[in-house]
Amino acid sequence: MSLLFLTNSLLTTVQDLGRGDFRHFGVNPNGAMDKKAVRLINILLGNDENEAVLEIHFPAPKILFEKNALIALGGANFNARIDNRKIENWRPVFIEKGQTIKFSQKVSGNRLYLSVRRGFKIKSWLESKSTNLKAKIGGFEGRNLRKDDRILFNAKCKMQSAKFPFRMANSLIPDYSVSPKIRVIAGAEWEKLNKKSESEFLSQKFSVSLNSDRMGFRLRGSPLRLSRKLELVSSAVNFGTIQLLPDGQMIMLMADHQTTGGYPRIAHIIAEDLPLAAQLGANDSLSFEIISLDEAENLVLKFDANLNLLKTAIKFPTIFNAKAQRCKDAKC
Amino acid sequence: MNYRIFPIGENALTVDFGSEISAELNDRVLSLAEFIGKNSFTGFVELVPAYSSLTVFYDLVQVRKTYRQFPNVFSAVKNFVETALENLPKISKREPDLIKIPVCYEMEFAPDLEFVARCAKLTTAEVIKIHTSTIYRVFMIGFLPAFAYMGEVDTRITAPRRANPRTKIEPGSVGIAGRQTGIYPLASPGGWQIIGKTPLQMFRPERKKISFLKMGDMVNFFEIGSDEFKNKSKIENRKSDEFTFPDKFTADNRAGFGTR
Repeated sequence: MSLLFLTNSLLTTVQDLGRGDFRHFGVNPNGAMDKKAVRLINILLGNDENEAVLEIHFPAPKILFEKNALIALGGANFNARIDNRKIENWRPVFIEKGQTIKFSQKVSGNRLYLSVRRGFKIKSWLESKSTNLKAKIGGFEGRNLRKDDRILFNAKCKMQSAKFPFRMANSLIPDYSVSPKIRVIAGAEWEKLNKKSESEFLSQKFSVSLNSDRMGFRLRGSPLRLSRKLELVSSAVNFGTIQLLPDGQMIMLMADHQTTGGYPRIAHIIAEDLPLAAQLGANDSLSFEIISLDEAENLVLKFDANLNLLKTAIKFPTIFNAKAQRCKDAKC
Repeated sequence: MNYRIFPIGENALTVDFGSEISAELNDRVLSLAEFIGKNSFTGFVELVPAYSSLTVFYDLVQVRKTYRQFPNVFSAVKNFVETALENLPKISKREPDLIKIPVCYEMEFAPDLEFVARCAKLTTAEVIKIHTSTIYRVFMIGFLPAFAYMGEVDTRITAPRRANPRTKIEPGSVGIAGRQTGIYPLASPGGWQIIGKTPLQMFRPERKKISFLKMGDMVNFFEIGSDEFKNKSKIENRKSDEFTFPDKFTADNRAGFGTR
């Protein structure tokens, strides 16, 4: 007993950073849509950054804590409340046994993450606790969590009460927006776009269609055209790959994308900006900017260096009590 | 040897030998995959072979830390792949497995068999005969977990994809699309023409080898009746763990995985 779902929700799944190395079997990588948010809140709790968390869409579930817990929220803001206390994102929050967390309103973003210290008790499938909705396996029974489901914690929370007067530095929090400029690197077929489409790709605002899910977001805009017809055979695609469909519209592949595809690859969203794209919902808009691969690589390295700084800060022994520190290294 | 190497994100690059379906290019993909699998580099994550391309996934941070002499991570991995290409053995000594797969072509399992026969101006029996008398090559695994793209279908029975894809196709359904044939491993929407169904399980999530077929296998279908189909237990399933090859596509050291 630990978390009890009191209501159904649109889509609540268990996710971690994904199963990256079974793509050659055709297994979708899965994992959280906004991986930065997951890494940050896990580190904030002293967890492994790949610890499984809940990915919650709005309408969100009402969840009862049947045990004390130390949690952190990140990603979207759904106006979380415990009783009548407002719960901020990006900070550790102590929750007492018997309290209920509710999410009343979509303030920003579309995917909220809830992590508990030392994680949920979830069996791995193919080295990941992520949910594969298509194969109905992994995570919590391979499905959306619903009313009356219970998820156990990996370990008991030893604290009786706790206040955490700190919050993560703003500079680490992704700069979410409802119309972000998303940076991309050119894809293999970028140069096959005709000149007009090339400039339209860079100048237009595209909107996210209703027909979007964890597999991919379909975009709407004036159609793009190749300078001549291309016949491609299927090859590997990636989280963030932007493909051009035969009707001239684009699809951005997201966390549950197919492993291979045969549509022209116009561009790839850089890892640094993927969370901004992943937090978009239907009818939000976005525009694109092409940067060099060097710049994109450097942004990944910079974020990684910042995460390491955060990890060092969190390891500082006064943050969690000594007992908790010792337990952290034990396999739960 | 013609090829092109390009990034598909900051964590992966693709070696493309020419975007066409050919056994020769597919062999080249396989031998490069085997070679890199045996001689990988620090930060290597996974290989995803396809018809005529091989994609290498890597951990950017680890590669950067280890191979500092290159201007960027992409060029370090590209250099590694190019060296591998220069050192590839000229002739692959690979001996593919021949796998026989039972298929029931009776009406209840084959909603599009008549359509395929009409397109081909043949009887359904002739279509079945042609489909079962070819040895197909597994060119790649993709689209769905354990979905094997097989080819090439005899030109006499090729059929276009359905104009309106079905919203649900049963696992085990055998389909044709152009010169490709394949077996749906799980219930899924799909546009291929369904001409039969196998009682074998293509996707085996509980086993070590989750995919019944692997790239490079040779496959031959044989016809069974619906009685035999329903009596699944009598059909000899392939021993699940006898093949180990796909393991070589995966890094042994997964310590750095998960940066993206």
